[in-house]
Amino acid sequence: MTDSTLIAADEPLVLGDFSFKSRLFLGTGKYTTYPLMRDALDISGTECVTVAVRRIPENEPAGERFLDFLDTERYTILPNTAGCFDAESAIRTSRLAREMLNTNLIKLEVLGDKKTLLPEPVDTLKATEVLVSEGFTVLVYTSDDVMQAKRLQEAGATAVMPAGAPIGSGQGILNPLNLRLIIEQATVPIIVDAGVGQSSDVAIAMELGSHGVLMNTAVAAADDPIRMARAVKNACSAGRDSFLAGRMDKRMYASASSPQSNLITS
Amino acid sequence: MLWQPLFYNARVPKPDSTELDTFLLNGLPEKHLRGQTISELLVKKAATGLGVAVERNQQVVKSSEHSQTLIEVGDKIEIVRLVGGG
Repeated sequence: MTDSTLIAADEPLVLGDFSFKSRLFLGTGKYTTYPLMRDALDISGTECVTVAVRRIPENEPAGERFLDFLDTERYTILPNTAGCFDAESAIRTSRLAREMLNTNLIKLEVLGDKKTLLPEPVDTLKATEVLVSEGFTVLVYTSDDVMQAKRLQEAGATAVMPAGAPIGSGQGILNPLNLRLIIEQATVPIIVDAGVGQSSDVAIAMELGSHGVLMNTAVAAADDPIRMARAVKNACSAGRDSFLAGRMDKRMYASASSPQSNLITS
Repeated sequence: MLWQPLFYNARVPKPDSTELDTFLLNGLPEKHLRGQTISELLVKKAATGLGVAVERNQQVVKSSEHSQTLIEVGDKIEIVRLVGGG
């Protein structure tokens, strides 16, 4: 028998008009070369990748171009507002991204501090409200604050994306309790975004019930990004299965797995 | 009554060439050319094709309007593109 006859197929992750079988989302930054990025994305099985919006460089040397290594037919492109520190610039960046890609998808980030890159909650909420009113499908980056996550989903965010830990820190899921509380009250998909350091962090996020995980540095900065891309693909799938399977209750004391009767005696 | 014209002249601002004949492109002054459109600017900057968007004075200029949109003195033009990021 095959897996598919024994295990019901998982439902796709639906975000607005988009539907994904893979629950892994990857960033496209920090790879040492574009071919490495292309191959890591390929092996990860991701269907949606995030990209940033920046001014064109003043004098760009001819050579490899980012978009030449990104299959825009294969992947759903999720533009982000990374680097924006106020609602206004995030909104302007979102509008430019929409014009550029002809997409309503936006990963909204409004940051509050350059050292920690932690999100600025008030401007994040303001920008969410404006972008939702303009018809954007807003996937919004936030801290793991339970009430802020609630406010963002009430403001019309399509998905709420709490950080496991600060962006690029690789510290993993620092507050699993908060993440569980966010997931329990969620009426929209919750996608852990940022802070993931290795495949086990992805599995933990998914086992807690996250609907997806978005990561970048853990893959791009691994010694072998392609192997790490495969590891996080498998971890995402394993964590999701583990969540759907439903874990056993924790017990205070041991519970033997072998029968306690009919043992030989001395 | 010679003092009066001198008094007024002192308050006439001197023409500032950097303000009079430039616009800002991505935050830097750029020589203004009469009649230059967004399309022409994009060609000049080799910024055509997929993955480029333009803002004029904080408003997106749709690609269908690039060839009709004239750049005025003092405009703030932003040309952006996609880059790798997370």
